[in-house]
Amino acid sequence: MTTTAESLRCKECGRTYPLQALFVCDYCFGPLEVVYDYEKIRRRATKERIAFGPPSLWRYADFLPVSEKPAVDLQAGYTPLLKADRLAAELGLKKLWVKNDTANPTHSFKDRVVSVALQRALELKFNVVACASTGNLANSVAAHAAATGTEAYVFVPANLEIQKIIATAVYGINVVKVRGNYDDVNRLCTEIASEKNWAFVNVNVRPYYAEGSKTLAFETAEQLGWRAPDKIVTPVASGSLLTKIYKGYWELGEVGLIRRKEPAICGAQAEGCGPVAVAFKEGLEHVKPVKPDTIAKSLAIGNPADGIFALEIARRTGGVIESVSEQEIVDGIRLLAQTTGIFTETAGGVTTAVLAKLAAQGKIHSQDETVIYITGDGLKTLDAVADTISTFEIDPVLAQFEDQVLESGAAASAKQLVSE
Amino acid sequence: MSVSVRIPSQLRQLTSNESIVEIDSGTVGGIIMELENRHPGIAERLLDDGELRRFINIYVDGDDIRFADGLQTIVKDGSEVSIVPAVAGG
Repeated sequence: MTTTAESLRCKECGRTYPLQALFVCDYCFGPLEVVYDYEKIRRRATKERIAFGPPSLWRYADFLPVSEKPAVDLQAGYTPLLKADRLAAELGLKKLWVKNDTANPTHSFKDRVVSVALQRALELKFNVVACASTGNLANSVAAHAAATGTEAYVFVPANLEIQKIIATAVYGINVVKVRGNYDDVNRLCTEIASEKNWAFVNVNVRPYYAEGSKTLAFETAEQLGWRAPDKIVTPVASGSLLTKIYKGYWELGEVGLIRRKEPAICGAQAEGCGPVAVAFKEGLEHVKPVKPDTIAKSLAIGNPADGIFALEIARRTGGVIESVSEQEIVDGIRLLAQTTGIFTETAGGVTTAVLAKLAAQGKIHSQDETVIYITGDGLKTLDAVADTISTFEIDPVLAQFEDQVLESGAAASAKQLVSE
Repeated sequence: MSVSVRIPSQLRQLTSNESIVEIDSGTVGGIIMELENRHPGIAERLLDDGELRRFINIYVDGDDIRFADGLQTIVKDGSEVSIVPAVAGG
């Protein structure tokens, strides 16, 4: 299989580079992005070919910057798209779907980007993979490294949720806890990447890595019967995911797999780390870095490198970038769980809460076909909701069950929601 | 006394492959000008119209100068200045 990718191009000044482990423009430091031969993709990627592809993100390999038959495959992607009628009814909406990316091998969308990054790293003959992570990426890099027998170093903020550290270290790779926040970890890793010939999945192989997120858009369109929704809501940390979901829909239109239509792209941030939402609200052309302070640690990137691109896409497509409070994040997690059966981590709480806010503000209308992207599993951030749950405790005695549970008036009915 | 400036790999062609350059203390802007004197061409790679390019971060002892006084940030003797390309993460 020959790749459909042609080169890397600077998003800032347009200079082009070969498909190597490069991530910023040598001249202006702008981020590099993979450029494809869309005629080649159009000829190759038919709906039939995709339908007969594997039930993983590799069914869209024609749209990804890999040059061989992918060897790295933990069956990431091709996750369920669920119609969320109970959540929709609660918010006054009619046509709402949840893309449930908790259903990935390490329970977050990061398996998509890591599959592509590791595949490309191995093609480029790297022996060591590494990453800076807020946790989900660490889990995924560790799992993919273990599965392929690749040496790995994973750098995380020392205050990360213990679940995420355990779920990374269990794979037997090197976990380095850095005393600092994610932005400190990222700076350190960028410095290390200058010294070591390692594949840092989100640094020097980032142009390939980031492309993996496009598959969220591809799958959504395929699962909707080859069309784009009217609006989507996705969490925003570095801004990369939002820009790639947009690119995915754009590419499907470009190669004729869907009618050319750009969904309104909406972004979700926490108020405690919402630099892109602030820039959106204030009409700024740049994103001012902040010091993160939020329970949504997987979104706690204070200096989002792709923030300005996310901002530009939201504005151009008629989307919004909105932020929510810590309480709204917890309520969002509970609302999603209690109406859809999906338990999400804090990032999904942010996304659900922003959906609720935009619906209440009338920025998402009842008839809009809307898809929200739930990118990570709630078991990773149990602490976020630990104080909000209630249970009954009784002796194994029927009378106690009747008195203390059924007759107490505290038992929840099936229809009862978090907001009641 | 002087400060050490950490040069990212993308700029090392200009510094004869040196990864650390020792420069007299001053403001970040002054340090960039001194880098330019020694290694011509480096300033235009870092600055656009006199402002730091938006995909470059400069840290003084680990702190982003955008949280301090930008190019006017004072760098004391013995400090480390790190020039790092902005990278999206997660």
